[in-house]
Amino acid sequence: MATKEEFFATISQALSANSARAPYPPYADTDLVAKPRVAGGSAEAVFRKNFAAAGGVTVSDLGELKAELARHDTKRGVCDPALSATLGGLDIEWTTTFDRQRPDDYAVGATIASGAIAETGSLILKDRATCDRLAALAPWVHVAVVRRADIFLTLPEALTRLGDDPYVVFATGPSKTADVEGILIQGVHGPGAQIAWLVD
Amino acid sequence: MNTNEHEFAVPHFGQPIDRFVATISGEVYAAVHSASAIKSDKRAQLLAADYADPLKLRALAGQIKQHTLDHLDRYLPQAVASLERNGARVHCAADGEEARRIIGDLLQQRGAKTVVKSKSMATEEIHLNDYLATRGIESVETDLGEFILQIDGDTPSHIVTPVVHKNRRQIAQSFERHGLGAYNDEPETITRRARRFMRDRFLRADAGLTGANFLVAESGRLVLVTNEGNSRFSLSAPRLHIALVGIEKIVPADRDLGVFLNLLVRSATGQQFTAYTEFISGPRADGRPSGAEELHVVLLDNGRTDILGAEYREILRCIRCGACMNICPVYRQASGHAYRAVYPGPVGAVLTPLLAGEHFAQFADLPKACSVCGACGDACPVNIALPDLLLRLRDRAKRAHAALSARGTPPMGGFAAVATHPPLWRAALTASRLANRLPLDWLPVPPLRAWTRRRTLPEFRGGAFRQWFKQRGQQ
Ligand code: SF4
Repeated sequence: MATKEEFFATISQALSANSARAPYPPYADTDLVAKPRVAGGSAEAVFRKNFAAAGGVTVSDLGELKAELARHDTKRGVCDPALSATLGGLDIEWTTTFDRQRPDDYAVGATIASGAIAETGSLILKDRATCDRLAALAPWVHVAVVRRADIFLTLPEALTRLGDDPYVVFATGPSKTADVEGILIQGVHGPGAQIAWLVD
Repeated sequence: MNTNEHEFAVPHFGQPIDRFVATISGEVYAAVHSASAIKSDKRAQLLAADYADPLKLRALAGQIKQHTLDHLDRYLPQAVASLERNGARVHCAADGEEARRIIGDLLQQRGAKTVVKSKSMATEEIHLNDYLATRGIESVETDLGEFILQIDGDTPSHIVTPVVHKNRRQIAQSFERHGLGAYNDEPETITRRARRFMRDRFLRADAGLTGANFLVAESGRLVLVTNEGNSRFSLSAPRLHIALVGIEKIVPADRDLGVFLNLLVRSATGQQFTAYTEFISGPRADGRPSGAEELHVVLLDNGRTDILGAEYREILRCIRCGACMNICPVYRQASGHAYRAVYPGPVGAVLTPLLAGEHFAQFADLPKACSVCGACGDACPVNIALPDLLLRLRDRAKRAHAALSARGTPPMGGFAAVATHPPLWRAALTASRLANRLPLDWLPVPPLRAWTRRRTLPEFRGGAFRQWFKQRGQQ
């Protein structure tokens, strides 16, 4: 196996023949924003629109969440311990730990999101804020609780504030595939339904 | 169109790619052709809808990537330092064999028996699965398309949509053969069955294996762009994560991801954003129940440095979006397997002969599978001058006297002699008018006959240009 020093040396040598090295081009983060996607109101309004376009559903209170969950079979669920008091009002049998022996027991998983991105319609899930990666992934329905104040308007804002969390996921709607004849199917290995619950 | 038109006899002449095209079924042809056209259209529409000047954005992307490659002697050590600071272990592999051994050893030392793999062209490039099997390690492809290929013993024909050459009936048959339930060709049923089958594999696996779309030098973040959730599972259930990353995947800083993510996703799948964009910068957070406790990053050279040092270096900007193949008229006819390597289409026709190093001659015909229409260069999100690279590689093949490159090419000596002697040229033009009176079926050249059987030629009007040009000079 090559040592790092050998590895770097080969690269330096290969580049030594290259006399015209390209400079880093200047650009503004605003150049990257898809302007039509962020038009039309507050960060929340833009998020709602783009999250819906990606197949996600936004709710604002427990009643709306209940109505949305009623569209799925959600007898049992796994949730962040910090949410169990609030979610207790729903007719769902909650547990706060994900049992790997019974991954398909949970029809719904509820976790805390670290933010959202309006431009792309994405939820930001960070490892330190997520009770268990599997709770946000394995159940058919994933509910992410996100604070309105944590919605970034544009993608560049979110990318330059990723922080030092070891694992960040931008989740943009339910999991999907088009591998079979290009036909879009939602719900492959991850959630088939993605709900964002906006709170203050 | 009538797909049977493509089921004609295998010709014994011409380039390997022509011979392959003659063997593909009408079904494959139709699947590849229509999927490619749809993806190309969606890409162009979305970019035009979202950006006032998409060309400016891709010029920027090309410049950033070129800058990074030209300064890889700075960015690579920086990336390694950042990864290590984040708690990842970094390994350097000069070639595929080294990479395979490093990964095999890491797994074996930890007693790993099963790994779940998310789609990665780099692991295809080094034929990792076959190698792991020889060491008694089962590697399960978890991306739906790659899983279908794995149970069929087939290989990807496209870098983004690997199973584009199969239709639902073929996939349903494969699932039935593999014991995933009775024949059912509904895409939804196929997808649910894969979900059910894979759950247990994820949760029992000893390691997750991924590639990376980007590696950020400044932050040491690996970035994965996916849709199905399989890579999230591969990074959530097992306790070990190994990522195989080509050295050309580096970008300078997190902010540059904004350029590349926007372009990659729109160019690859015609989505504005994929379902999941994952940023990995170390083992799981303290006290979390899921996620890898150990992260190993294997940096892969495997011929890339050789390309970096020579005149074709801009091909290393490639972010593997597949737009160049989707739009390529030759790829649409030929499909990916015709290119005899992991990377098909225009990018493959450039990359494969170059990555082959001393075996360049074995792939010297690929740059000729091109009509020089220029569409790939216009589609490329990192502004690679693909047509130019293809022409230069043709030239290199000719100079190297690569036999494969010359096959199927008519000798041009006679034409050159006539074209450079004006009296001969004039005489030839007059004689050529005879062609209008000749029945084309008499042509003694089989490839031409195969072509003219289904086409008619316009009337030959040689000399008109010369006449026009002369008159123009007199005015
Ligand atoms: S060469 Fe350009 S168009 Fe082709 S796959 Fe690479 S980035 Fe995409």
